[in-house]
Amino acid sequence: MDIVYTIWLRSVKRYIRSKSRLIGSLGMPLFLFLVLGFGLNSVVVMPGMEQGYIGFIMPGIISMSVLFTSVFAGIQIIWDKQFGFLKETLVAPVSRFEIMLGQTVGGATTAVIQGLIILGLSLFMGLEINNIPGFFVAIIFMTLIGLAFTAFGIAIASRMEDMHGFQLIMNFVIFPIFGLSGALFPIDSLPEWIRSLTLLDPLTYGVEGIRYGLLGTSQINPAVSFGVLSGFTILMVIVGSYLFRKISI
Amino acid sequence: MYAIEVENLVRKFGDFTAVDNLSFSIKKGEVFGLLGPNGAGKTTTMSMLSTMLPPSSGKASVNGFDILKDQDNVRKSIGIVFQDQSLDEELTAYENMDFHGRLYRIPKSTRQKKITELLKLVELYDKKDNLVKTYSGGMRRRLEIARGLMHEPQVLFLDEPTLGLDPQTRNHLWDYIDKLNKEKGISIILTTHYMDEADKLCHRIAIIDKGKIIALDTSENLKNDIGGDVITIISPERDDLYSAIRSMPDIKNIELHDSSITIGIQNAEKHVAHIVNIASANNIEIKSLSINKPTLEDVFLHFTGRTIREEEANSKDKMRMIRKAGRR
Repeated sequence: MDIVYTIWLRSVKRYIRSKSRLIGSLGMPLFLFLVLGFGLNSVVVMPGMEQGYIGFIMPGIISMSVLFTSVFAGIQIIWDKQFGFLKETLVAPVSRFEIMLGQTVGGATTAVIQGLIILGLSLFMGLEINNIPGFFVAIIFMTLIGLAFTAFGIAIASRMEDMHGFQLIMNFVIFPIFGLSGALFPIDSLPEWIRSLTLLDPLTYGVEGIRYGLLGTSQINPAVSFGVLSGFTILMVIVGSYLFRKISI
Repeated sequence: MYAIEVENLVRKFGDFTAVDNLSFSIKKGEVFGLLGPNGAGKTTTMSMLSTMLPPSSGKASVNGFDILKDQDNVRKSIGIVFQDQSLDEELTAYENMDFHGRLYRIPKSTRQKKITELLKLVELYDKKDNLVKTYSGGMRRRLEIARGLMHEPQVLFLDEPTLGLDPQTRNHLWDYIDKLNKEKGISIILTTHYMDEADKLCHRIAIIDKGKIIALDTSENLKNDIGGDVITIISPERDDLYSAIRSMPDIKNIELHDSSITIGIQNAEKHVAHIVNIASANNIEIKSLSINKPTLEDVFLHFTGRTIREEEANSKDKMRMIRKAGRR
């Protein structure tokens, strides 16, 4: 546990120190929130939603910032590999699983902080939280998204030589995961074939879980969301640590 | 007991044999140098001994622990300064040290004491709270050495410790490494391709070329193999000169190279006049003639027939080709 804490501590220190990254990663969610939220709020009618379209996409935007921050945190081990720091950790008498776990928990922590910042900002813009327990339900789902996708990032980074492939991963993996997740649209009104695609996307369950926590309504039963997302998280940690174990420098 | 024992160690990358049947042992408290050009297999050897890379065959032990069966104990026994930098630039020097201490499970009170002590030792204590990205190359190197010592390793691995440092910093580091070995009795294995470095620091030196040890002895004995002083003659008619003077008495050895002739001889000053006389009697032009005390450069030339610089140019090309082939 000491080792996991050590690695976690480093991730969090680095995160807090890089102010530009912190502010930079707020840009995109805020932009989407303003453009989509205020832009479409008057045109889109959401049946059964008291808070309108803005209220609807808020959980989606929060998931997005958790998703992006965590994948990026996982992929960051490529930098460690390139700048040599990974050697320092790998040559120490600790197991690779502990290192991987520390990275994952560290990445998830920064991702959840990022999500909470967005959540805080959205409160200023008029979002109303359903109730206090719901707020903690949302945090649990944010944590699961954070853990799963940091592990996912580590898995990818373990197979990548350098940052060249990063753009590819962003465009062909991360954006589709976000786009298909029902973060921006209600999945019930989709044509059947797209709907089944969204149900294959693990992030859908994260978005729905957060939505349930914050707004009190969701299209997928929160227990199902929790089950699927937890399963996915465990799977990703296993895959990530397996690939990380085989990393060579 | 030996600090390091290596027996028939082999490492292959595809068809290329980077380390070819290496055997040697290092005594406790010894400073041992692996000297050779880039691509000779030094770093690969270090990687295997530090459990970072499994050998293709053969065996080795560090501090009595097998590098394959007892990796954890090997890792606890060694401190490493890698050839490439391995610090976190976004952390301060103190935090880098602290991270290391925690990884090696050093209890908090000892950890803090050790960090202070070591940072003072490498003269970085005043700057302990500065981010490493503001450090110069020499400061980073010193920090890495301090970090490698924190868990009190029995064996210290230094992979090209002074590569790319200015002469002043190099000297400083040499003194420091020497002190470590004498005062703390730490066994040190270091790789270098600077002859003077190996000469100054190491008790024994293994000259390694193309993955094989071609000579292993004290620096003194290696130099004696050449036969005393070295006279280097550059002449357009090398072959003629070679046959004219080869039968001269007192010459310990004489070698013909691409651009020069080297002669190993005791008390070279006495014999120079004689050599020049022979040359002029045979109408052979001498472009330049120099006498020097033998360096390890001469030793390398003696054993391989090439200077380290020639070898370097070749092996760089070779490494590049291997890397390209590996990508395909």
